[in-house]
Amino acid sequence: MVQWTDFERATIKAIFAKIDSAVVGPAALSRCLVVYPWTQRYFGKFGNLFNADAIRSNPNVIAHGKVVLDGLARAVQNLDDIKATYAELSVLHSEKLQVDPDNFKLLADCVSIVVAAQLGKDFTPEVQAAFQKFLAVAVSALGKQYH
Amino acid sequence: MTSLSAKDKDTVRAFWAKVPGKEELIGADVLSRMLVVYPQTKTYFSHWKDLSPSSAQVKKHGKTIMAGVGEAVAKMDDLTAGLLNLSQLHAFTLRVDPANFKIISHNLLVVFAITFPKEFTAEVHVSMDKFLARVSYALSEKYR
Repeated sequence: MVQWTDFERATIKAIFAKIDSAVVGPAALSRCLVVYPWTQRYFGKFGNLFNADAIRSNPNVIAHGKVVLDGLARAVQNLDDIKATYAELSVLHSEKLQVDPDNFKLLADCVSIVVAAQLGKDFTPEVQAAFQKFLAVAVSALGKQYH
Repeated sequence: MTSLSAKDKDTVRAFWAKVPGKEELIGADVLSRMLVVYPQTKTYFSHWKDLSPSSAQVKKHGKTIMAGVGEAVAKMDDLTAGLLNLSQLHAFTLRVDPANFKIISHNLLVVFAITFPKEFTAEVHVSMDKFLARVSYALSEKYR
């Protein structure tokens, strides 16, 4: 089981209390689709992903970005059992969506950068460490049911 | 490994033009983040007394690193030749495992996002990410 320090718990919860999933989610997902364009392979049904502006304003990307962040927020509510919380999601990503789990890290890096831009100076090295540890745990849990 | 397009190079040069004056601040932040978020990187600095962000050594070395990246920006059209000396330094003297180049690149992107939240758009991010990957590759050239 993952061990969280008091600082890590408090930091992760504070970040999610501060950010708006409707803002951070779409920003992170659209950034991922621009910075790592091969990730667009999973969004064939989303319509126009032709350039950065199209991606940013695509209503499907915007809606799905929020879904992803809300998914992360669920893990924050269940910090001591992320693996169980994500079991179904992991099966979904493996069996139905067939997402290469390496992509999870790419999206996680984009989430880090978007949150860094939002929090500015408050995204101290220690806060970054706690947040990236959380994302790494979420990413790992999402890959657990792949076989 | 994709090559840099003309657009990538212009984007990186234009963004880097915002850095002068902030090298010490950015460099120290990048380095101290790396040491805190990726503690295994501290192994390369066991000879330093103080690894905190405010330490003189961290500030000085952050500036050195930023100067190196600046050199890469200037020599963007032939990074292998341009960074030959730096590659030799990292390969034979410092012997930094090249996996760490990805780590420092990530932290540079984080500090860019914090320092220039409006300007560090997804378009700038992708060009800068590609550029830093090319720099890391050029730095690894002399390793074996």
